[in-house]
Amino acid sequence: MISFTQTLRLALSALIRNRSRSLLTMLGVVIGVAAVIVTVALGTGAKTSVANQINGLGSNLIVVMPGSVQTSGARTGNGGASTLTVADGLAIAKLQGVGSVSPSVNVRTQIVANGQNWQTAATGVAPTFTAVRSWDVASGRFFTQSETDDAAKVVVLGQTVVSALFPDGSSPVGRTVLIKGVPFTVIGTMIAKGQSGGGQDQDDTALIPYTSALERLTGGTTIGSLLVSAVDADHIASVQTQITGLLEQRHGIVGAKSDDFQVRNLQDIAAAASSTASILALLLAAVAGVSLVVGGIGIMNIMLVSVTERTREIGLRVALGARGAAILRQFLIEAVLLSTGGGAIGVVLGVAGAAAIVVFAHWPATVPVTAVLLALAFSAAVGVFFGYWPARKAAALDPIRALRFE
Amino acid sequence: MTPVVEVRTLRKVYSIEGGEDVVALRGVDLTIDPGEFVAVMGPSGSGKSTFMHIVGLLDRPTSGAYYFAGHEVSALGADALADLRSRALGFVFQAYNLLPRTTAIENVELPMIYAGVPAATRHRAAMDALDAVGLAKYAQHQPNQLSGGQQQRVAIARSIVNQPQLILADEPTGALDTVSSEDVMTLFRRLNAERGMTVMLVTHEPDVAAHARRLVTFRDGSIVSDEAVREKVLA
Repeated sequence: MISFTQTLRLALSALIRNRSRSLLTMLGVVIGVAAVIVTVALGTGAKTSVANQINGLGSNLIVVMPGSVQTSGARTGNGGASTLTVADGLAIAKLQGVGSVSPSVNVRTQIVANGQNWQTAATGVAPTFTAVRSWDVASGRFFTQSETDDAAKVVVLGQTVVSALFPDGSSPVGRTVLIKGVPFTVIGTMIAKGQSGGGQDQDDTALIPYTSALERLTGGTTIGSLLVSAVDADHIASVQTQITGLLEQRHGIVGAKSDDFQVRNLQDIAAAASSTASILALLLAAVAGVSLVVGGIGIMNIMLVSVTERTREIGLRVALGARGAAILRQFLIEAVLLSTGGGAIGVVLGVAGAAAIVVFAHWPATVPVTAVLLALAFSAAVGVFFGYWPARKAAALDPIRALRFE
Repeated sequence: MTPVVEVRTLRKVYSIEGGEDVVALRGVDLTIDPGEFVAVMGPSGSGKSTFMHIVGLLDRPTSGAYYFAGHEVSALGADALADLRSRALGFVFQAYNLLPRTTAIENVELPMIYAGVPAATRHRAAMDALDAVGLAKYAQHQPNQLSGGQQQRVAIARSIVNQPQLILADEPTGALDTVSSEDVMTLFRRLNAERGMTVMLVTHEPDVAAHARRLVTFRDGSIVSDEAVREKVLA
């Protein structure tokens, strides 16, 4: 009986004897595996960056927004109602499992300083904002509770605003900016945070005490939204339920009347965003997987041709004492070598391709080890699956006819 | 002395679908003793090829008995026959059937791979066999770098490398010119005379058959003559 290593050698030398054909046969699997690796790398990269962006919004963040209201039959969209108040925020802060709460009052306005002007969102928040959003100052300081109580005219600028107003690179801290015509003193700047999951520039903002925003800019009492952080991820759901109950009670919503607010947590948004990314990645990988199967069919074709072409060789091997099983194994191993060889080359090309995309297109891409192992295992399986039939054909040849085959 | 080959009333019938059965062998009796050099002749369709395939364990008789080295083999399974072929038989074909793009020595090693001979022994035995056919210095040549006669001698080296009990040669000179044919036949005679190798040769050329020491003639599936060949002086 011939050993496995010997059969492997026979298969290998048969493939080497037909070098160029073997390489061409592998090409289908090479392309398939490379495509799978690149798409999975891009999909994983996209998922990671979505997750990072969402985590960057603040850990365990819950956002309470005004809901839709109906005025004489015309309904505003979500957020159109002006129903949330600072008092709501203070009540929420007392709930169990709540870390910190910050109101958020958005005022879209022109901001002027240093001979430059820029339209941005002046956002009125509480000193707790840095904790709620896990976002720190880069220079200077954030405003204090007493400045908030006094509705002080102090502002902390986001980096986009800093570079728009102070393109010369000078420090804005201590300078005065005009927000909606009102002079504010810059006391700090925020760390650059980049784009949000929704593609918004989070650094395009000027943070002021919410009291200042209400008294000096909007002149109202209602706030845009409440940012609430739960103490940890396990408390998100219970805090959400409590907020809903509390606000329904405070807003007098009973029975079938619909809530005039909505409570959303970022984990849900994160999950939705990352599942979208996953589905996309899966679709791409499926398309790439199809090309891998096509590669396998290519191998089967060539193996079938090869069996016919090598009929005499097979007859000779049988005459020299090869058992049917030895012939079957040799051809099966040849197919598996072709497919896994192609798979290995494909992995190398795919990793290189993913790296090239990172370098040249600046897209995030990471190649998961599991994807590499799966691609290799799958290409080996392709070899076994598509190699079996030709190998069976080879083993079943009648040696007498095979030897006479022209 | 146990005969290498002993067949009794060997019959082979090919059933053809939708047609009459073709009787290729109609009760053949033959005994080949160790050290014999037998030529089998006969026109096409005489049954000589069928006989050769059965003797070579590539085919099974429809009825009758076949004792190979004293053992009944006509009922053995495919794997047992394959193992017996690799150990006890050597084949030489008309078309050489060397693996292309493979060196002479690797070609000669092939039967030993299937017989499970360890690599170290294989190389030495293959060199010995190539030496026996006078091609030791061509060990690293590939078939397309060798003449037809040289290729056939590599094939003969391959057939003797496992020290088989019987060498079967199927029209070994059919593709060769006269000079190469003489070389190859001289080689067979030498292997038979010097090493005592048992050879059965199928041919339709009387010149070639004349190198053997015994001539068996087939016609219509039966042996019509079985006679000693007049001794020829070794060239």
